[in-house]
Amino acid sequence: MSAQTIDSQGNALTYATIERDAGLRAALDMTRPDIIDAVSQSGLKGRGGAGFPTGMKWNFCAAEKGDLKYIICNADEGEPGTFKDRVILSRFADLVLEGMTIGGRAIGATLGIVYLRAEYTYLRPHLNEVIKERRKRGVLGTSIMGVEGFDFDIIVAMGAGAYVCGEETALIESLEGFRGEPRNRPPFPAVAGLLNNPTVVNNVETLASVAAIFAKGVDWFKAFGTDKSTGYKLFSVSGDCEKPGVYEFPWGITVAALLEEVGGEGAKAVQIGGASGVCVPAREFARRLAFEDIPTGGSVMVIGPQRDMLDVAENFLEFFVEESCGQCTPCRLGNPQMLKAVKLLKEGACPPKFLADVKALGQTMMVASKCGLGQTSPSAFLSILEHFGDEIHDRAPSA
Amino acid sequence: MVAPQTEELRVEIAGLVDKLGPGRSSLIPILQDIKHRHRELDSETMQVVAEMLDIHPVEVYSVASFYAFLHGAPQGAHVIRLCGTLSCDFAGKDAVADALCDELGIGFGETTADGQVTLEWASCIGMCDQGPALLVDDEVRTRVTPDDARAIVAACRADEGRADA
Ligand SMILES: Cc1cc2nc3c(=O)[nH]c(=O)nc-3n(C[C@H](O)[C@H](O)[C@H](O)COP(=O)(O)O)c2cc1C
Ligand code: SF4
Repeated sequence: MSAQTIDSQGNALTYATIERDAGLRAALDMTRPDIIDAVSQSGLKGRGGAGFPTGMKWNFCAAEKGDLKYIICNADEGEPGTFKDRVILSRFADLVLEGMTIGGRAIGATLGIVYLRAEYTYLRPHLNEVIKERRKRGVLGTSIMGVEGFDFDIIVAMGAGAYVCGEETALIESLEGFRGEPRNRPPFPAVAGLLNNPTVVNNVETLASVAAIFAKGVDWFKAFGTDKSTGYKLFSVSGDCEKPGVYEFPWGITVAALLEEVGGEGAKAVQIGGASGVCVPAREFARRLAFEDIPTGGSVMVIGPQRDMLDVAENFLEFFVEESCGQCTPCRLGNPQMLKAVKLLKEGACPPKFLADVKALGQTMMVASKCGLGQTSPSAFLSILEHFGDEIHDRAPSA
Repeated sequence: MVAPQTEELRVEIAGLVDKLGPGRSSLIPILQDIKHRHRELDSETMQVVAEMLDIHPVEVYSVASFYAFLHGAPQGAHVIRLCGTLSCDFAGKDAVADALCDELGIGFGETTADGQVTLEWASCIGMCDQGPALLVDDEVRTRVTPDDARAIVAACRADEGRADA
């Protein structure tokens, strides 16, 4: 069957205006340290959720000795409510591959790997086509754009259905042929990543942004956003709103302004950052989407007034129970306990002592879990308990 | 004496090892390929893979069981995976789930008796703005109504091969 590209609605995306190859051409006129310096100057922070400064990450990796280095594009996009990477890969794959190539140049890598989630298998033929075409055009392969000694290629590797493999060290384990169980850090991948070689892992959108920054310039990019959160960001908007889709906004937009754009003004809450994110109640809609206020990988799920917040918590916790890798105790045991508490609350039958214990357990998970999954999975549960106490505790015991 | 199907299996796996390389990092691509074509990973297969990659069979089993798209249990000629995540829930996934179960006569995690269709839940498949969404094999369907769901089942029943094959 033919390759599918399922597009999404939304507003106009800057990526559509970026000229192909312009960024790579500009970068190849610069020295490697200058490339990294430009990324640092741009203030670009990782778009995958954690928000780590991209220039700093590249710098760590570039500083490592060794002939074999890798740059990995994290296309695992498993966070519930996130689909902007799918849209970027469908419409702007060239920019992503170009960003990888610039990164490869900067850190001294010869191979880039796109780790594509199994659920996006239908995008694989398209990506392979674009890669093939880039090789033909001389922007992948040997002596790229005529630059002697700059050899870099890209391959696509498939995930196999595990949310936790979006975590960068689990992703690397998976590429090496193991269970996707996160590693202890340090060492960070930039020092010892794939097959123990220095490795940069970046999100799809981060890499597309790199291409845009080099095509249009650091100052152009910094004109968007806030001091601490430079540039623009894609938001995946879904749930109870009139116009769900992928939207581009400069960092710093308020939740209220975003809701107005997407026709979701009546919401009673918005879940930001996916299942691992936070639940923002209506009275806090003046808050800003930015690393200094509400940081996010871009998932925005609008929750209308008719929804039961315990259903929301239950849906997320079922997800985490399913997706925990089970490697460490707080996460393996904690998620089922939180789910149990939510089910009891729904029945109006949760003993206060049990609820207090589970809340404390959630706090423990946030500090004692090994990876981001267990560190963030209590967040929605705890914020829903905090903000929607009335709705939650007033239930009649079920018959 | 080696059973003929074992010999066939060995040739197939040897071909994959040849193509993908004998290193550990070939393990998942090899399992994906076999699972895709045979719809299951039985213990014999896992043993042959282990032998050819020179790792313990338990390692192969442990990896296969970790990944939702690799687990060993036999699957039908087609796999329908309905997204269970919040936005698809808001969009009406329960009605679609009911229609699928009703039409197939099975529950989630089960395969029809004729081996045609397996029904599973999926974690978010990235179609949140167009839910309810599901995957039929590798293909995505969006804004699925209960009637669509019944039609999808009928199409799977009528078709022997995989939609993506
Ligand atoms: C459980 C879990 C899942 C993750 N899933 C993804 C993902 O699907 N895509 C992604 O880019 N980053 C994901 N991350 C973050 C990555 O570990 C990593 O920080 C990111 O890929 C770095 O790229 P960036 O700096 O460009 O954002 C996940 C983290 C955790 C803890
Ligand atoms: S926190 Fe959860 S997902 Fe992460 S390593 Fe521990 S058990 Fe695995």
